[in-house]
Amino acid sequence: MNTPSLKNPALKNMLWLVKREFWEHRGGFFWAPVIAGGIFLLLNLMAIVTAEVIGAQHGIHISDGGDLRQIMSQMDAGDMSKVGMALDLAMYSTTGLLSVVLGFVVFFYCLGALYDDRRDRSILFWKSLPISDASTVLSKVISATVLAPLIAVAAGIAFGMLHLLMLTIVLSFHGVDVWHLLLLAHPLRVTVNLIGYIPLYVLWALPTVGWLMLCSAWARNKPFLWAVALPVATGLLVSWFGIMGLFDLSSGWFWENIVARGLFSAFPGTGSVFGVDHRQMAHQLAANPGLRFMDLADNYQLLGSANLWIGVLAGGGLLAAAIWFRRWRDDS
Amino acid sequence: MSAVITASGLSKQYKSARALDDVSFRIAPGRIVGLIGPNGAGKTTALKAILGLTDFTGELNVLGFDPRRQRDKLMGEVCFIADVAVLPRWIKVSQAVDFVANVHPRFDRAKCEAFLARTKLQPGQRVRQMSKGMIVQLHLALVMAIDTRLLILDEPTLGLDILYRKQFYQNLLEDYFDENKTIIVTTHQVEEVEHILTDLMFIRDGRIVLDADMDAVGERFIEVMVNADKADTARQLKPLDERQVFGKSIFLFDGVGRDVLEQLGEIRRPSISDLFVATMKGTYA
Repeated sequence: MNTPSLKNPALKNMLWLVKREFWEHRGGFFWAPVIAGGIFLLLNLMAIVTAEVIGAQHGIHISDGGDLRQIMSQMDAGDMSKVGMALDLAMYSTTGLLSVVLGFVVFFYCLGALYDDRRDRSILFWKSLPISDASTVLSKVISATVLAPLIAVAAGIAFGMLHLLMLTIVLSFHGVDVWHLLLLAHPLRVTVNLIGYIPLYVLWALPTVGWLMLCSAWARNKPFLWAVALPVATGLLVSWFGIMGLFDLSSGWFWENIVARGLFSAFPGTGSVFGVDHRQMAHQLAANPGLRFMDLADNYQLLGSANLWIGVLAGGGLLAAAIWFRRWRDDS
Repeated sequence: MSAVITASGLSKQYKSARALDDVSFRIAPGRIVGLIGPNGAGKTTALKAILGLTDFTGELNVLGFDPRRQRDKLMGEVCFIADVAVLPRWIKVSQAVDFVANVHPRFDRAKCEAFLARTKLQPGQRVRQMSKGMIVQLHLALVMAIDTRLLILDEPTLGLDILYRKQFYQNLLEDYFDENKTIIVTTHQVEEVEHILTDLMFIRDGRIVLDADMDAVGERFIEVMVNADKADTARQLKPLDERQVFGKSIFLFDGVGRDVLEQLGEIRRPSISDLFVATMKGTYA
């Protein structure tokens, strides 16, 4: 990889630190989405082939009478937009699957980010270089919240396009015009929506990334256990003693806003689940069914919620603590 | 010239043990200092304090920096090899060189590649595929290509065979060390470093029990091989240590005049390992 020489040394250091993370975690960052996308595509292909074969065996020949074409020609504009939506959904579904994979990758990456090198003592090598602990931690945050999602989205778009192409080609065997169908889909809009979602993801995932990295920097062993057991045990105590009653809140509030928010915010899309007022969202969905859930304007309404910004603050605090432990933890 | 390291009243308390107990010393530039002590004596803690890897009480100045507060700047001037096998196992030779070249302003890539060319290391080789000896070759090539004023080596040759060990110190002397550089090395293999050291520090139970340059050590400590008839006379001079070889007694004296000892028998310069053993007597008892 050739990189242009950067004048700003801090920026250059950061670039190489992120590159280092990519070298080390190529498997999670690159191969995991590629393999998952490939398998998804393969399964779809197999499903289509199976359907075609079964269809042929049982004499259900949709294509024979050009029924599908007939149906298409009878569609009005509203129906057409639904076809487009279904095709867009084919693209989103690939990325949707990859975003679940991404959630797991980011979760475990953060847990190991400041722990693995303490365990194998290679931290002593990294610490022999003139790089501040803050830069190191920041490079890992960037890798988790920007680099990994970018690769996942790129893979999602590539496989989504392939998926779309596959569907249209199959439909074209049944007499439907490929280009006509492709024109109904909005791959560009889907792409923009997906990429545009990343900055929001960075902000939303921060408390989880911060919490996991803090555990990663602090735990002497088994960071996973600490990261999960600590909030869950606290949640159980809170529920048991009804502590939240003191603040006029239910235990459910604690589970949702502290435990789940802290542990699962690295999974893309959780912002739309926890972050937005459910009634309001249900109302919006009822008013405008379709793929509104991916529209950036809707998603970015999250920027107006206190939940997001409190999470950003909490994440920042947790990361500051992680940096402190990275600097002073003395056990290797 | 001003000192590379000045420490005064350095103390470090771990939960159960006192790793450093009011330690003070001063290291001048252009020296190769051997920091030698039994396991758990506080060697590594002292090095960690110098490198800003651990907190401590007392005053410590390394190249004009306080390692606690100015660690990032300090590490631009200091290199260290903690011990073999701390290079990340996933990294490739080429990646290690690329990375250090781009984050370390004092790294000379051509120099590093010249060192690597003298080894069997291949650019695409990963650390996990290397033997311990090869890992230390890579680490040394990286470190020697960095022009810093202070190099710290903590058991750098542990577990290496004798070929690698000899080569390690030879490279260090021939291609790295000069009057502007300072090296601090801890090791258990005293006999291998004793000919390259300029200064010797013994540490025991968190205290410096000996801090002298090698010439002073040669004058202060004398070993005498004494026949049985003069052994009692020798014992009255309060030797540090006595051992028997072929019916003769070998006494180790600290600070007894050469002329006095010459009358007792054949005198010679003690090896550092004998000196070490005599000084550390009873450590594990």
